[in-house]
Amino acid sequence: MNKTDACASNLEPDALPPLADPVYLQELRAQMLKFAVLQLGDKSLAEEAVQEALMGALKNVHSFVRRAALKTWVFAILRNKIIDILRRRQRLVEASRLLGDDDSNEAADALFDGRGHWLAEERPGAWSQPAEEARSQQFWRVFEACLNGLPETQSRVFMMREFLELESDEICQAEQISVSNLHVILHRARLRLRDCLENNWFLEGERG
Amino acid sequence: MMNCKQTTRLLSDAQERELTLKERIAVKLHISMCSGCRNFGSQMPSLRQIARAYAKSDTGDARQSSDEPRS
Repeated sequence: MNKTDACASNLEPDALPPLADPVYLQELRAQMLKFAVLQLGDKSLAEEAVQEALMGALKNVHSFVRRAALKTWVFAILRNKIIDILRRRQRLVEASRLLGDDDSNEAADALFDGRGHWLAEERPGAWSQPAEEARSQQFWRVFEACLNGLPETQSRVFMMREFLELESDEICQAEQISVSNLHVILHRARLRLRDCLENNWFLEGERG
Repeated sequence: MMNCKQTTRLLSDAQERELTLKERIAVKLHISMCSGCRNFGSQMPSLRQIARAYAKSDTGDARQSSDEPRS
């Protein structure tokens, strides 16, 4: 008898491995697909990447008892696949953009004047009932368009944090960035996303 | 006195970590006089909530279709 067997027998007998739970698997897959479609802008490429990432995970199905650990791991694989695809496609000017080094010409800076105060036309307004608005189909189209308008690192990191709800240290590890770097990226992503949502929905958006 | 860029950075950071007392005071002082940053601050939790709701939304792109071949 080897060590692995001994460990496995310590598990609660009725606890399904996360990937053997069809409901959980379906949810995870849908979430991965949304993430991949947003990053790649191509549904069939996204499905391919998700499939490969899940296949990788299935090989190690028994090593993941905790769902959170599995999710982090599966999304790390998916992220690498997405970056591979993007690189292959050469859609990106240079690899450094992927790694969060796009400091120059940061559009989020254009919201402020030279002294770091809001430009009059960029000053955030009040949103009405943001939770309510968040439910319509049309809103999600605007949201997706705004996310796609962010630089890729920003949208990926923002989604890892807010959509996948990964912890800071998990994102830092996956992206190979420092915590302060992460906070800079999130700040910029939030500035731009907020601005975009406000301009295209919360101020102008007449629900038609 | 902090400017808006610095204030929004702290308001964003507040979603990630607990601000220090000094930072909280500086933010409070700033937003008491700046409606833009005050709005920004109240939208930070909304943005998070929206992104999380997106995971559960039915947006077409990632719809779980039943006619998909099972693999």
